[in-house]
Amino acid sequence: MQYLYIGLFKESFEIFTKYLPSFLYGIQNTLLISIVGTAFGLIIGLLIGGIRAIPIEKSDTQIQKIFKKIYYLISGIYIEVFRGTPMMVQAVFIYHSLRTTLNWTPIVAGMFIISINTGAYMSEIIRAGIQSIDKGQNEAARSLGMTNFQSMLYIIIPQAIKNSFPAMGNELIVNIKDSSVLNVISVTELFFQSSSIAGSVFKYKETFLVTALIYLTLTVICSNLLRYIENKLNNTKSNYPSSDTSIVNQNLKGNGA
Amino acid sequence: MSIIEVKNIHKKFGELEVLKGINFEVKEKDVVCLIGASGSGKSTILRCINQLETFDSGEILFENENIYNIKNINSYRSKVGMVFQSFNLFNNMSVIKNCTIAQIKVLNISKEEAEKKAIYYLDKVGMKDFAHATCSTLSGGQKQRVAIARALCMNPKVLLFDEPTSALDPEMVHEVLNVMKDLANEGLTMIIVTHEMEFAKDVSNKVIFMDKGIIVESGTPDVIFTNPSQDRTKEFLKRYLK
Repeated sequence: MQYLYIGLFKESFEIFTKYLPSFLYGIQNTLLISIVGTAFGLIIGLLIGGIRAIPIEKSDTQIQKIFKKIYYLISGIYIEVFRGTPMMVQAVFIYHSLRTTLNWTPIVAGMFIISINTGAYMSEIIRAGIQSIDKGQNEAARSLGMTNFQSMLYIIIPQAIKNSFPAMGNELIVNIKDSSVLNVISVTELFFQSSSIAGSVFKYKETFLVTALIYLTLTVICSNLLRYIENKLNNTKSNYPSSDTSIVNQNLKGNGA
Repeated sequence: MSIIEVKNIHKKFGELEVLKGINFEVKEKDVVCLIGASGSGKSTILRCINQLETFDSGEILFENENIYNIKNINSYRSKVGMVFQSFNLFNNMSVIKNCTIAQIKVLNISKEEAEKKAIYYLDKVGMKDFAHATCSTLSGGQKQRVAIARALCMNPKVLLFDEPTSALDPEMVHEVLNVMKDLANEGLTMIIVTHEMEFAKDVSNKVIFMDKGIIVESGTPDVIFTNPSQDRTKEFLKRYLK
């Protein structure tokens, strides 16, 4: 039994070294697609979620009210459709629908699909982040004469991003893993590469052990990096000495280390 | 000249009528204190003046113009400053940035000039040394003084205070009230919702006592605090009347 496991790791290691360039190519594409996709998703989310959080006001003109209502409707449909259908289905449908007109490569299509899919989730993350900000912040901004848009841009969104940073980072980690579904449109990411290798040597168990460990390494590195950035964002030091012995602070330290 | 005139304001929150016909006038250099029990509508009327709330009927005039007819609501708001109970400093900005952002974005003043003005007013409230501190590091009294400086930077015609000292300990109350006293002495027009009766007595030239959405009694602090005519006022001020 023990020998069997050692044998498995040994063979996996052999496959890993032998096909290292192919794995590296897959890792490169996986990272490229998920990072670009998350970044564009964030931009989409900021635009859509940010504008969605602006309410219809009594002082708006009739035209403004109509525009806002149409906007809520369209953005609502976008979010529901892209959260409510599997990304695999979206990938196949969108890639093949636009292939003849755009003449795009699978990798570009992959980035596009991850971007709009993530955008839908990010919109809701941003909206929740905006709603988590005390409404006094907006009132103070408005009482100084700032417009709703200025208040959003300079006061609310910066704080909302900080608050929802963990959820956004989560999207990046999800994307690293979920970009694997893009193998259905032949994006040469890590899963696709692994499948090819496994098929050619006919050793699925051994190959995908390597794949799993690579994914795990990528996500662990990413989550540590994100935690580091998060701590940087929250490092405002108080003039007042804070307790190290309170239950709350101890818990925070336990998780942060 | 009257800066703000409140005429027969009615407002409902759902079924609850919180303002039942409020009338008062604020002249230039007036310091008006609104006192009364919690839930009597004091803060609501203040928020109506700043248009943070809408009202159902009646009108509010700012320099003889109906505030609902003012085209640019944002430039109106910049003339009517507001200081909140919970300070509401912008948590993502330093003290000085708090004071300059609205000047730069609303009044279109250059950054250098805005900072000069911010330092001037921060000095005035005794917070110059903290100009580059982060807001979360300040104490409550310091935060409120920064909030006052932030409002002053806009050169408001009138400054509204919504229970500015209610969240502070007695010592901090003192430091904030001192700042407000100085402003009153300099002739800034102010409307103050407060539970600090001593302060109202010393600083204001007009006191309005509200209860359950109506103005029960208004007059000079001497009359209200020494010889009120209404029973409800007497009851409310029992501890302060001698």
